[in-house]
Amino acid sequence: MTTIYETTPDAGPDVDLDDDRTRLQAELDEDFDRELNRDPDEPAATSIPDVEGVEVGPRRGVRTATLDEKFNVVGALAGALALSTLLFGWIGPLTGVIGWFVVAFLAFLGFYMLLVSLRSDFQEVKDRVATVLMVSAGVILFGALVFIVVYTLTRGSEALPFVNFFTETMELTGPLDPLSSGGILHAIVGTLIQIGIALAITIPLGITTAVFLNEVGGRFARFVRTIADAMTALPSIVAGLFVYAAIIQLVTHQRSGFAAAMAITVMMLPIVIRASDVVLRLVPGNLREASYALGTTRWRTVWHVVLPTARSGLVTAVILGTARGIGETSPVLLTSGVTAVMNVNPFSGPMISLPLQVFDFVRSPEPTMIARGFGTAAVLILLVLTLFIVARMIGGKGAGQLSDRQRRAATAESIRDLHRITMLDDRRYLTRSPNPNPEDDPA
Amino acid sequence: MTDKDVFQTIDDVFLDDGFDRFERTEVIAGSGEENAGHEGDRAAGAGGAGGSGGGTDEGDGSGAPRPRSLASRRSTSDTVFQTVAFAAGATTVGIMLAVGLFLSIRAGSALSVAGIGFLFEQQWSPETQTFGIAAVLFGTVTIALIALCVGVPLALGTALLLSEVVRGKLRSFLVSLVDLMAAVPSIVFGLWGVFFLQAAIIPVAEWISRYLGWIPIFAVTGDDGAVLTEASAFTSSAFIAGIVVGLMVVPTQASVMREAFSQAPIGEREGAFALGATRWGMIRTVVLPFGRGGIIGGTMLGLGRALGETIAVYMIISPLFTINWQVLKTGTNSVSALIALRYGEASEFGLSALMAAGLVLFLITLVVNFTASSIVARSRSGAESL
Repeated sequence: MTTIYETTPDAGPDVDLDDDRTRLQAELDEDFDRELNRDPDEPAATSIPDVEGVEVGPRRGVRTATLDEKFNVVGALAGALALSTLLFGWIGPLTGVIGWFVVAFLAFLGFYMLLVSLRSDFQEVKDRVATVLMVSAGVILFGALVFIVVYTLTRGSEALPFVNFFTETMELTGPLDPLSSGGILHAIVGTLIQIGIALAITIPLGITTAVFLNEVGGRFARFVRTIADAMTALPSIVAGLFVYAAIIQLVTHQRSGFAAAMAITVMMLPIVIRASDVVLRLVPGNLREASYALGTTRWRTVWHVVLPTARSGLVTAVILGTARGIGETSPVLLTSGVTAVMNVNPFSGPMISLPLQVFDFVRSPEPTMIARGFGTAAVLILLVLTLFIVARMIGGKGAGQLSDRQRRAATAESIRDLHRITMLDDRRYLTRSPNPNPEDDPA
Repeated sequence: MTDKDVFQTIDDVFLDDGFDRFERTEVIAGSGEENAGHEGDRAAGAGGAGGSGGGTDEGDGSGAPRPRSLASRRSTSDTVFQTVAFAAGATTVGIMLAVGLFLSIRAGSALSVAGIGFLFEQQWSPETQTFGIAAVLFGTVTIALIALCVGVPLALGTALLLSEVVRGKLRSFLVSLVDLMAAVPSIVFGLWGVFFLQAAIIPVAEWISRYLGWIPIFAVTGDDGAVLTEASAFTSSAFIAGIVVGLMVVPTQASVMREAFSQAPIGEREGAFALGATRWGMIRTVVLPFGRGGIIGGTMLGLGRALGETIAVYMIISPLFTINWQVLKTGTNSVSALIALRYGEASEFGLSALMAAGLVLFLITLVVNFTASSIVARSRSGAESL
């Protein structure tokens, strides 16, 4: 049922609007009355069509490629492989694996364009080629990156099966000794000590600074944020040079694990501040406002609302910062010093860490030392990978998103709170009430 | 619990001990005609409530309430909290400024000796007072530019792939993979560059120099101008270092770009599709213009990392203290590799010269990073992506 509210045919600029409006209002009222008094059995203005007995076909896939399109890819690929093999094997003067790939790729693009253009217009061809380019960029990138990691792990697997690689130091092992002697325990311990000191400084300082930026604010906070952003640009080698000149040369006069930890701190601090800042900014403002509206102080709002809400994100920020800090070689190169001996005292004597140990191993021309270098790099990669996976598991969720278990716990707790508040307060009120007959109380 | 009980409880709580701590809303008795205009102004200033209060209320003797002061007294815990937070911020700034100031001051003594020639001198021998960063800076920039040439197309393609083509679980897996790759230690890239890529890429470099050698930067010639063809002339070049650094910075670039692309408004995408655009047509007209800030910002962030990269470059290149235009030829240098190479044997003055080089590098990366973040923040894709 559709009503069209026509204006008068000669409706011009001089039409009396008031008159028009009254007429429209009258029509509307009429419609309204009709709807109001409508017989309920009469079909309504909108009705759901009856699908009883109508055949429903299979759902059409909107993302699948047709056989034609699939053939285009396969055919172009086969043609390209054949052509480049032919060029490299028999006809052309071309050699080399990388050259073969380049030629095959170009031939594939050409054939594919040709095949697509048989059936489609130019726009379609452009779309297909762009998709191929995007996919190949992704394949090259992921291929290269995964290959880098797998290559290191594979070359490292030569040294990894030896248990002594993890339980001994290089103190008594020379460059010519086989892999069954010597290990990197001292580097593992060194890395743990250095990153531990760096974290002990970075976590409180970084998170408190991020809280300062977000919860206190003001002109100084903006200045702090600018400075922290600027320091993310500090090349790590310059951080190392600073610690070398300021701490080692002026104060301690020797390279030490502590100096290396300081260099890592200078490098990690801006990263952690920036990442935590982003996470804290994601905490919904209405949670804070609800907390303030209940009359809490700022400190309690931060401690009981903001930080718990952002906990997973903060943990992620710290872990990712740790992964960066563990892997950095250049600040450590200048500050920690190279040693083959276990040293657990960060304040005296050189203390090597994993990345520096890799660097030191592969400087040697001996194959066993290079194998040790790759083994150490594999340990380093596995460490970073583990940290990363842990970070993902903890911090895959945004601020305030709870897992099912946490949500159930929160619900249970609020029910308990409700009981406690209502029942206890009732009881207390009854025992404390000075007026046994509240109905008479005028208040 | 009846309503009355609740009110009673609230009264108990408030009248018990708590209420005295709060500043009460003060009610001023309207003091007749002479105050009426003043009162009205105040009330209007407080947000328009009772705007003409002074004029109408004089009959019952009570005027409009004076606006309540919004300033509250801080509790002790708040004072402590704010002081601690402020102290943390100040400490951070202190550390950062200490680094900057220390570098500047220590660099000053070398810079005052070298003067403006520091930027134009190629040799590096602080012992003889002839030192400058022309060669190392040139090497740094060439390596970073090659890295960008390798990285940006890959990053752009991957970012578009992740935001437009791939969906579902595969997308989230690949996005985490990109983030993971950003955390792979640079020494691993260096190892790969030295032990694998070097050997694999030399035929490509030879091919480029043979067929594109007429372009000056691709030529590889000896000191006498003769064309070099043996493989040893192609090792440890800026080209190889650039490729490795390029792969290192791609994850950073790709994640910034993807972030910008994925924020392209769905309405505009659908509008493009509704007008009959293909996917590439939609990307070209909606996603790329929208994400331009992200592309530029991501590229420059990658540039900043590429300029400061040390250990992978240091492992691959063979240091050279002259400007080498031939990027395929052995020998180049970079500021960070120079620092790693010379810090150990440096005298007090040599260290100061290294600090000056580090300071210049820092200033360059600083400018690059700030430009990047301001471009990203000003772009349509928004300030949130950084």
